[in-house]
Amino acid sequence: MSSKIRILLPVKRVIDAALKPRINKAQTGVESAGVKFSINPFDDIAVEEAIKIRNAHKDRVESIHAVSIGPNKAQDILRIALAKGADTSTLVDVKDQDVEPLQVSKILKKLQEKHNSNLIILGKQAIDDDSNQTGQMLAGLLNWPQATNASKVKINADNTVEVEREIDGGVEVVKASLPIIITTDLRLNEPKFVTLPKMMKAKKKPLEILRVDELGITLENRLETIKLEDPPVRQGGAKVGSVDELISKLKELKAI
Amino acid sequence: MFGLSRTVGLSQRMAFARLSSTLAFVETAGSKITPSSLSALTAAQELGKPITALLVGPHAADAAKEVSKVTSVDKILVSPSEKYDHYLPEQVSPLVASLLKDSDYSNFVVAASTVGKNFLPRVGAILDLQPISDIIKVVSPDTFVRPTYAGNAILTVKSKDSQVLFSVRSSAFAPVELKDTRDVPVEEVPYVEAGNSAEFVSEELVKSERPDLGSAKVVVAGGRGLKNKEEFDRLITPLAEKLNAAIGASRAAVDAGFCDNSLQVGQTGKVVAPDLYIAVGISGAIQHLAGMKDAKTIVAINKDEEAPIFSVADVGIVGDVFEIVPELTAKI
Repeated sequence: MSSKIRILLPVKRVIDAALKPRINKAQTGVESAGVKFSINPFDDIAVEEAIKIRNAHKDRVESIHAVSIGPNKAQDILRIALAKGADTSTLVDVKDQDVEPLQVSKILKKLQEKHNSNLIILGKQAIDDDSNQTGQMLAGLLNWPQATNASKVKINADNTVEVEREIDGGVEVVKASLPIIITTDLRLNEPKFVTLPKMMKAKKKPLEILRVDELGITLENRLETIKLEDPPVRQGGAKVGSVDELISKLKELKAI
Repeated sequence: MFGLSRTVGLSQRMAFARLSSTLAFVETAGSKITPSSLSALTAAQELGKPITALLVGPHAADAAKEVSKVTSVDKILVSPSEKYDHYLPEQVSPLVASLLKDSDYSNFVVAASTVGKNFLPRVGAILDLQPISDIIKVVSPDTFVRPTYAGNAILTVKSKDSQVLFSVRSSAFAPVELKDTRDVPVEEVPYVEAGNSAEFVSEELVKSERPDLGSAKVVVAGGRGLKNKEEFDRLITPLAEKLNAAIGASRAAVDAGFCDNSLQVGQTGKVVAPDLYIAVGISGAIQHLAGMKDAKTIVAINKDEEAPIFSVADVGIVGDVFEIVPELTAKI
């Protein structure tokens, strides 16, 4: 029998993908004042996929719960997830603290338990930290199967899930029964923009705010930032006027 | 099986008498070590500790011979179970965790390939350790440098964990040198029972005559400026053949269907650092630059002289790619 599906959607608030981050003077982090923040693009793809799954399996998807771990302002991206189609949401307010993937996974595990979720979809990586760890760690903590870097997801009536994954040099298909964790890759779908009426409606949807200690978790980071720096500047910009000049320049640089 | 596990247990206890050591996961393709694992072994070497190499799956025993050519490896562990074929993370992680737990390994090293990225965090979760992803430099056995924000911020990070797990960005480390086959002790490690696991169904690898994109010395990459798939193939392939180069592409070119996804260079695709990178009709979005700006020499060919790619290019040429590229292919 086809079991009901309860989706958990972790979403992260990150500096907008189009912006270049500015490193602070103390070299401990990036400037956040006056900077545009958005939903992590890969998490946006996860939200879209959850909505697609609901549309394809209307009678099976019981709930879609979005969760964000971040500052109070992360409510903004939860509202976007709600406007797109999530039913309910939780903000775990950690103020401005950096929370490492292991801690994030422990918090998400608590929320999975609370909502009895059996399908978790999230981005393969957050574009700020670029760690690409949270989905796999959560799968490890829950002892669930995982399908990372998904480019196609198919949910079958017998509760199996088939996922096409992007791997080095091609694609791979894996299969598992619910519950499962899926992390999204770039080409899983194209997220749609959210309309204003939907944004207005989302204001009425539930958004609960919790502190980590209310979940029985004490944040304890394992990594210490020694420093954050700009990458070395590349001295580019030289131009030539013809293919012959290009070839002689490459010979001069010993590139060919 | 019981006998074997006892042997390992004993050798691990004996190892306690030594200094701490490094466990390095070696990924194989058939009996060959993958290029990204050769780079990971170089990073492992920089920790300055004895290295134990771990190989898993049906080809592990064959590949052990290859690993013995790495002079810094002083022991090889082989776990040949069929269940490790395709490196399913639910299967590989419990094995790695059991080897690390209560051992003298101070570090676990893996390539930041799709395989390594897939299982390393899962090992961390099992052992309650916070791994470090995608390092580009070893400062000391607990301190590393890694890019964040698509390479726009370079982080030096120190771990407080008792054992430090990390993955290695292959473009930042030269492949380890393979010398003659040596007599290195090889120990068999039994299969470790896994929990809920996905199963492998199928895979489709892009067949190419060209060198591997991640480790090629020369990369010729095409962007949206090439207009369509036919022009991409007509212009890029002959130049790549002439230079014995791998073929790459920008996200825009992949999205437009000019070539396969696996050829994408950038933050979410492949990160490459070849000796020569030729960008054809690529404008140079931040996400693309993140994947190639560590190339030794960058050439940009683009009709738009304002394209950001020129700001990182050592040699730029402004003009029509449909004229310049065939001429370059003919003359180079």
